[in-house]
Amino acid sequence: MVNCPECETEIDLPEDTIQNEILDCPTCGLELEVVDLNPAEVDLAPEEEEDWGE
Amino acid sequence: MPSLNLGLLFSRIRVEEKLLIKEAKRRGHQVRRVDSRELVFDFEDDYDLDVLLERDVSHSRALYILNLFENGDVPTVNSYKTARTCGDKIATTKALQEAGVPTPEVKVAFTQESALAAIEEMGYPVVLKPVTGSWGRLLAKINDRDAAEAVLEHKSQLGSYYHKIFYIQEYVDKPDRDIRAFVVGDETIAAIYRKSGHWITNTARGGEAANCPVTQDIDQICVDAACAVGGGVLAVDLLEGAGGLTVAEVNYTVEFKNSVEPTGVDIPAKIVDYVEKVGEG
Repeated sequence: MVNCPECETEIDLPEDTIQNEILDCPTCGLELEVVDLNPAEVDLAPEEEEDWGE
Repeated sequence: MPSLNLGLLFSRIRVEEKLLIKEAKRRGHQVRRVDSRELVFDFEDDYDLDVLLERDVSHSRALYILNLFENGDVPTVNSYKTARTCGDKIATTKALQEAGVPTPEVKVAFTQESALAAIEEMGYPVVLKPVTGSWGRLLAKINDRDAAEAVLEHKSQLGSYYHKIFYIQEYVDKPDRDIRAFVVGDETIAAIYRKSGHWITNTARGGEAANCPVTQDIDQICVDAACAVGGGVLAVDLLEGAGGLTVAEVNYTVEFKNSVEPTGVDIPAKIVDYVEKVGEG
């Protein structure tokens, strides 16, 4: 269980969550990054930059 | 198949990276996560990897890092050459034209005045695209001279000098869709239609994915396009115009999460197959 750093919603991480995975907060929709698994911790995901893409 | 020491270059673990890691681990490979945010290069060239799979969302980082790893004798997917060509639309257009692959007409200019003259010569509408960029961002369909003058001026004020390199592409009057095809090595493994009422059809911009049968024509043009840009694991964007299929873009850090289900093709498995071949040398 982690809390969204923006809206504090409690989020249950699925069992197969991996380090650095990106997920969306189900309440505020913000992109979060799983920065640690032991114990679970999320932070705001890096903001999109100009050279990002495929 | 011997176990590989497989590096996965990333700065975000999205659905695609998670699927690739899962597939590689399922096959018994050692997956070393290479986070570009933490890398420091000392030019000692001691990377201890059999192969590096590039999955970084940042084109600039990917380009430099691929070059450094390749020079450290680590085979990479994709190659530096492929990334350099696909990451620059001017280089992509040049490569496609040299190989005789049909692609929309393009003009390149470096000042507002010369860009306007080029647009007027091509006729309206045209599409202005950043030379580097993706996901349909900062594309502009220019319908008339007023719009051309305004957008060229705005681009000139955006700050980065890249926006003063004007890549002007013919607007292809297509159905409410384009085609995204996936090429792995010398095979087009799957394709989707990206449907949208908007002229920008990227799934990142709301385009809906549906299976597109890979015809012989689609396979041929896609494999030719992939070969022209250096080959590897690529996503080829096709436009269906009055004159037939043309290649609009070729992408080298392929996003496929919306394409596995409609096509029924295990795209991450196909990519790992290719990475294994490259890793084995």
